[in-house]
Amino acid sequence: MTDIPQTGPLPDGQTGPRPGSLLVTDDRTKRRNRAEARFKAYGIAALAIGMAFLAALLWAILSNGLTAFTQTYVQLDVPLLEEKLDKDGDRDPAKLAKVSTFGYAPLIEQALVEQVEATGVETELAPKALSKVLSGSAAAQLRDRVLANPELIGQTVSVELLASSRVDGYLKGRVSRASLARDKNLDAEHLDLIDAWREAGIVEKRFNWSFITGADASDSRPEQAGIGVAMLGSLFMMLVVLVLSLPIGVAASIYLEEFAPKNRFTDLIEVNISNLAAVPSIVFGILGLAVFIQFMHLPQSAPLVGGLVLTLMTLPTIIISTRASLKAVPPSIRDAALGVGASKMQAVMHHVLPLAMPGILTGTILGLAQALGETAPLLLIGMVGYIATNYPEGVAEGFLSPNSAMPAQIYEWAKRADPAFYERAWGGIIVLLVFLLAMNLIAVLLRRRFERRW
Amino acid sequence: MNDMRTMDNTVLNETKITARDVHVHYGTTHAIKGVDVDIADRTVTAFIGPSGCGKSTFLRCLNRMNDTIPGAVVTGKIKIDEADIYDSRVDPVQLRAKVGMVFQKPNPFPKSIYDNVAYGPKIHGLAKNKAELDEIVEKALRRGAIWDEVKDRLHAPGTGLSGGQQQRLCIARAVATEPEVLLMDEPCSALDPIATAQVEELIDELRQNFSVVIVTHSMQQAARVSQRTAFFHLGNLVEYGETGKIFTNPEDSRTESYISGRIG
Amino acid sequence: MTPSWIALIVLAIAAAGFVLARSRALRAAAREGRRLHSLPGYYGWTAALYAALPALLLLAIWLVAQPAVTRMMVWPVLEAEASANAVPSLMMADVQRLAAGLDAAVETGRLSREAARDLPAGEMRAAMAAQGVALGSEVTSATRDAALRWRRLAGVGHLARTIAVIGLALAGAAWGVSRAAPDFRARNAVERAMRGTLISAALIAILTTVGIVLALIFNTIEFFRLYPASEFFFGTTWSPSFGGGSELGILPLLWGTLYISLIALLVAVPIGLFAAIYLAEYAHRNVRSWAKPMLEMLAGIPTIVYGLFALLTVGPLLVEAFGRGGYLGLGWMQGGTAVMTAGLVMGIMLVPFVSSLSDDIINAVPQSLRDGSLGLGATRSETIRQVVLPAALPGIVGAILLAASRAIGETMIVVLGAGAAARLSMNPFDAMTTVTAKIVSQLTGDADFSSPEALVAFALGMTLFVITLALNVVALWIVRRYREQYE
Repeated sequence: MTDIPQTGPLPDGQTGPRPGSLLVTDDRTKRRNRAEARFKAYGIAALAIGMAFLAALLWAILSNGLTAFTQTYVQLDVPLLEEKLDKDGDRDPAKLAKVSTFGYAPLIEQALVEQVEATGVETELAPKALSKVLSGSAAAQLRDRVLANPELIGQTVSVELLASSRVDGYLKGRVSRASLARDKNLDAEHLDLIDAWREAGIVEKRFNWSFITGADASDSRPEQAGIGVAMLGSLFMMLVVLVLSLPIGVAASIYLEEFAPKNRFTDLIEVNISNLAAVPSIVFGILGLAVFIQFMHLPQSAPLVGGLVLTLMTLPTIIISTRASLKAVPPSIRDAALGVGASKMQAVMHHVLPLAMPGILTGTILGLAQALGETAPLLLIGMVGYIATNYPEGVAEGFLSPNSAMPAQIYEWAKRADPAFYERAWGGIIVLLVFLLAMNLIAVLLRRRFERRW
Repeated sequence: MNDMRTMDNTVLNETKITARDVHVHYGTTHAIKGVDVDIADRTVTAFIGPSGCGKSTFLRCLNRMNDTIPGAVVTGKIKIDEADIYDSRVDPVQLRAKVGMVFQKPNPFPKSIYDNVAYGPKIHGLAKNKAELDEIVEKALRRGAIWDEVKDRLHAPGTGLSGGQQQRLCIARAVATEPEVLLMDEPCSALDPIATAQVEELIDELRQNFSVVIVTHSMQQAARVSQRTAFFHLGNLVEYGETGKIFTNPEDSRTESYISGRIG
Repeated sequence: MTPSWIALIVLAIAAAGFVLARSRALRAAAREGRRLHSLPGYYGWTAALYAALPALLLLAIWLVAQPAVTRMMVWPVLEAEASANAVPSLMMADVQRLAAGLDAAVETGRLSREAARDLPAGEMRAAMAAQGVALGSEVTSATRDAALRWRRLAGVGHLARTIAVIGLALAGAAWGVSRAAPDFRARNAVERAMRGTLISAALIAILTTVGIVLALIFNTIEFFRLYPASEFFFGTTWSPSFGGGSELGILPLLWGTLYISLIALLVAVPIGLFAAIYLAEYAHRNVRSWAKPMLEMLAGIPTIVYGLFALLTVGPLLVEAFGRGGYLGLGWMQGGTAVMTAGLVMGIMLVPFVSSLSDDIINAVPQSLRDGSLGLGATRSETIRQVVLPAALPGIVGAILLAASRAIGETMIVVLGAGAAARLSMNPFDAMTTVTAKIVSQLTGDADFSSPEALVAFALGMTLFVITLALNVVALWIVRRYREQYE
């Protein structure tokens, strides 16, 4: 295949009906080959664009989300003055609990002032303004520590307190002096202080375990928000989906694949299932709202309801993949079982089903992965807008008391006004994708390990 | 057609295709092991041999259809009218217009009968206008011996014809690009005996204008339609010569075993 | 007795039935010197199934039906007051909460049975507060009467439930045990029951569809009673206001939906189709083995991720280019959320959907057609354009219709990326909204579920369901017919 034109006279003695040697590419063929190359280039370009989309998406997720896994802390020596926290000096837990976070705030302010002096930073900030570098939760953090261990009162303890989200953003490059001009939460002067403390090792970024294990926080404290509780909500939902959709899906598939007579009723069920698989997920949300919440009065925002809705949504997918696995078991296996006198039910239960199990499990895991990332139906049954700040108290509460779920939590953060929550949302996506990746990996391994060629 | 014909058809036309030391590898499989053959113009040459002997593979070398199979490597020289078809200057697209091919299973495109035949002339730009194209299509269908059966329904889908008609349509489609060589890969294996007879008759007529190479499973068919026969075995060309001689007096013992049904 | 206790007792009865029936069958066989028809376990299972299945079914029905029946019987007490002021559903909720509070008070010993019955309406709120049950308002005498009636009915209902369910279980077990004799075909009976279970599992698919249709139809009819259907379908203004006087025309929403879907398809179809063609016809096996899964990764990413990508990455990028003061200097775009933002991102999401469906379809075109065309001297691209694609066309049309149905029903990307303003505009850089986005906003607000502003979501859902269903049915039909053609 070449475009080099041959010069000189054509060899004689052509016998074919058309002139022209094979060794010379005629103009028309050249033109056609150029069209061929163009067409192929379109294909490569399309594939490259697809890959570029994937790369852009992953880049956006990683570059915006990885920072959520580190968090800024401030190291402070806080004097836990007995006269402020325990006037009677008897360490009675009931009395200690009566001291609210307002009792702890002055102690922290004092520690901040001392720290400023100790590091020799010149600042005109008032003690009250100084505490803006810390999270609003700092006092509560300190109080929890004291209540857990009253012996600390009277000592000066070294604590690591959560920095405010603006300070955290400054260390991560999200907040700059310019962007603080219109921000009443923090001044450029604070940043000078932070710079000095950073050099002194007092302000530090560390791995953020509390993002993975923690609960959601109120609108004003993005630095405290974590996805742990929502993760638990998702877990309970997935348990419901697994426990319901696997047996129901397998039973329905066995009936349709092995027992159903070929008639209009079976056709109706089949058409139904393939259509349900393509019904928009939001419609399942409407179904859940109308049936489970309005009609059956199940609790709103509960993982149980979320699980029920997602079960109905995933069932068609699971049925379709399970049927494919059952179909892949060759009829000779069934004939062999029937040939030794097994009933049809025994042939299916003892021989076909075990052989199809790896395929069924693979399909189920993929169905669960799809359900895990689904958001739209959860919006309608109230799993968004509920701020998941507490861990459920037990297993029953885990199913029945209101909770969020990972994708709902991500949506919630994306809707909030403070851009510091966006980092949390992207971070939440990383956590969610890690789960999805793991599930897909398990499915692939399962398929590889048990794949059978008949 | 009678078997006497093979006897009196000993006139050798000039050589159309020359193959020297052709090897084909598919990955690790050595499918063709050094084949030398000269194929004459205006003659029907049959390739026979047991399944997997390489006869179809070799046929597909002649119009470089093996290029479309990933992993196939062809070495050696194959010349058509003194031009090496594996020369880097040869465009396989142009080659295939000159060396047409008919396949085992009739494979009409899901288009009308007319469009099936017009497809080749259109892509190669053989017609300047509609009238010329009509003419080419009619001529090809006549050569394919199917004109009378389809002339009233040229715009009906080609897939609606019977198996034998479909195969003759495919032959007409191949003939429409005015090739010089026509390769046929077991063209009758999917047809019933009556359709087979019609196609065989057609092949005999095509000999007037083309050099026809036919791969066949059936020794009777080779004897009926071809003037020269090549016997392939395990990737080797065992014996090549006059059809009459191969079938009545083979030189190689393997050929004799195959003809008499001991291997195959 | 709580439902879980009842269920446990039923299961215990079933277990006992299993043991009894099994041993009875074995004993009968030994006595009569005959072989059992089935394995002994099947006799046990027959009794267990007779005991458990009908009883548990009854329990489930009872659990769903009792509150509804009770509500209907309590309602006359409240009726007089309801017509005067408050919303019926809220009043009913108060009654239920009060009844539950009284139950709890009796249980913890805070109130005696009699005291609970005789407590005047005025003191109820305080008593409930002491119990930890917060009531919205002072308890009226009608509410009190209704709550007391509720308690009475519920008590009777619960007792009846316990007796009926356990009685049914015992009867079933007894019958099952009595049938355990050698010539009883126990295995067939068990298998019939199993088959019934399998059929009911398959019926859940139908039930789901019926549930969707009923949920949508009832609420849609309710909506059309409050708001004229003609104004809903032909109105060009969408401006819900919870104070009343809303204009709820679907046209701006449909326009936004279709516009966004169109842009998504304009992105996804060429890219997906060409990628599929390249992968199926040109790519080397090695390239295919990594490129196809990579592309399909896009399909496995949850839509919330795409929504966030639209809101936080693509939207700002587009504003930088097309916004006021953007480097193209066009000033077409006001904010990051726009038809273009949502459409582009949705297009990315649909690329793997289109490509993998098309890939399957192109691969289903028989190789003999390609050989025929290549054998005539056509180039690969001529073969693809003139033979493969025309042959695959119906399947590809089906795939595009399925993708369109996906685009129309997609929610998260438009909720986050398209904006909230309902308008009829041609500018793709304007913010618009869609049917799905408004379903979410109308049902997640604080509106009462009986107001037209909330009920309209069901009419929107109905419209969405009908459109996507029609697209799916047609697409699946085309694809199925196409597959059959080459099988």
